[in-house]
Amino acid sequence: MTETLNGHVNETSSTAPRVDTAADTPGVVIIGGGQAGLQAAASLRDEGFEGSVTIVAEEPGLPYQRPPLSKDYLRPRPEGTPAEPLPLRGPGFCAERGITLLAGVTATAVDRVTKTVHMADGTELRYQSLVFATGARNRQLTTPGVELPGIHGLRTVADAQALGAALGAARDVVVIGAGFIGLEFATAALERGCHVTVLEFAPRPMGRALTPVLGDWFAGAHRGLGIDLRLGEGIESFEAGGDGRVAVAVSTTGDRYPADLVVAGVGVQPNDGLAAAAGLETDNGIVVDAHLRTRDRDAYAIGDCANFPCVQAGSPFRLESVQNATDQARHVARVILGEESPYTELPWFWSTQGPFRLQMANIVRPDDETLVVGDPEAATFSVFCFRDGILAAVESVNMPGDHLAARKILARGITITREQALAEGFSLRAAWKEHATAPVPA
Amino acid sequence: MPTITYHQADGQTQVVELEKPARIMQAALRNDVPGIVGECGGQAMCATCHVYVHEDYVDALPEIGEDEEEMLEVTAAERDARRSRLGCQIEVGTPGLECIEVDVPDEQV
Repeated sequence: MTETLNGHVNETSSTAPRVDTAADTPGVVIIGGGQAGLQAAASLRDEGFEGSVTIVAEEPGLPYQRPPLSKDYLRPRPEGTPAEPLPLRGPGFCAERGITLLAGVTATAVDRVTKTVHMADGTELRYQSLVFATGARNRQLTTPGVELPGIHGLRTVADAQALGAALGAARDVVVIGAGFIGLEFATAALERGCHVTVLEFAPRPMGRALTPVLGDWFAGAHRGLGIDLRLGEGIESFEAGGDGRVAVAVSTTGDRYPADLVVAGVGVQPNDGLAAAAGLETDNGIVVDAHLRTRDRDAYAIGDCANFPCVQAGSPFRLESVQNATDQARHVARVILGEESPYTELPWFWSTQGPFRLQMANIVRPDDETLVVGDPEAATFSVFCFRDGILAAVESVNMPGDHLAARKILARGITITREQALAEGFSLRAAWKEHATAPVPA
Repeated sequence: MPTITYHQADGQTQVVELEKPARIMQAALRNDVPGIVGECGGQAMCATCHVYVHEDYVDALPEIGEDEEEMLEVTAAERDARRSRLGCQIEVGTPGLECIEVDVPDEQV
């Protein structure tokens, strides 16, 4: 085996062990070549599925990991050593498993009566089971001037390449939105020596995902790094300079910020149009049941595009995370193979923002009671969230051991009360170790 | 050419030849070496690229950082005091560490 960085782009099953191809018995067609789509294909094979498996992927090239694009990928690096996207699997993976990867191909319509997916290039694929793993797209600003050169989004490797190049020449960077992507990019731009302003309409950064106490801590921490974080202040318009490129960002308070590079990180919208056009129910994503199945028994949705009954949220929910994509992919493979069990995996997330490594175990709720454990001033602490006095979620900053222990504790339903957590010498790691090594009750 | 040799729990072995320096986790992903997950993309945040480094190479390794130390405490397979490392933190094909051999644990998650 050789470290090959430029592998095949279009893999076919021609060299694979004999499995049905699309031309024979229809098998599983997966629309989407991201974390969810590729994992679903891999899990189908791992679970012993013998029919054809085809991935229709809109982006060209090998499927790759998105999370590093807003982190490591933007780090300064020596001249002439471009960052390479980290592939989800190596170039031989699909072919070796008899998975057909159609890269750079767009699905344009689904006919559920004839069970056919139509492609932009005029070809079509028959299916027995269909998996929507279509992901999400960046929400677009409608701000006047948004079309000016120098205003970027960040989602694909092409976006990251463009931004990496632009950062080399940028001085004044304005980020719209203090969510995960916005702040990951902001800290990367700061490390590249730029002056960085972040505009956020809400009163706290990452307000949708974090407890207020941690949101407030991050506001102070990012300002401490030197980011000019403007809360309660949205974007009103962009103005061009003499060269026709963006030069000024005007906020909703009328303040004017010099900007030679703007990045918008204002959230995403699920790609549910194809499913909606096929007559499937959509509501902030493709609506599925606890088995990740749509109302059509042979059509499923997983990952960022799926609105599913989330046990932990206690309501229909859509999650944008690697964990949700891969765990739902593993689950849908088992359901397609006949297992009728609900999806219940514990959600978890992470974000790296300069020196701050943020990890979350479970979804926090607005009325959770919080307890800060550790040393916020040293940026090493966790926020324990209690519901009815029982530990229900944990947010950690630079405490990856706490995070992993919390995931294990919460996934197994181990009860930790507020009183236990307040006791002298309590730690999540010790609590987990104690449980893991305890004798199994008879 | 520098190489990384991965020994699997089931007795299989994969040898990855490096055209340029690469980390143990990333090289495994790029070459479909089984048993190394790399869930967090190489941030020392998930401990799913745990490997046991062969004794001959242990002294040539960089020191264990604070983050790696914390993650090694919560690996799925038991930690070995000397040989356990995170694959995302070790670059191979560099002066002093041209090649390496590692054992891949039988569980990562």
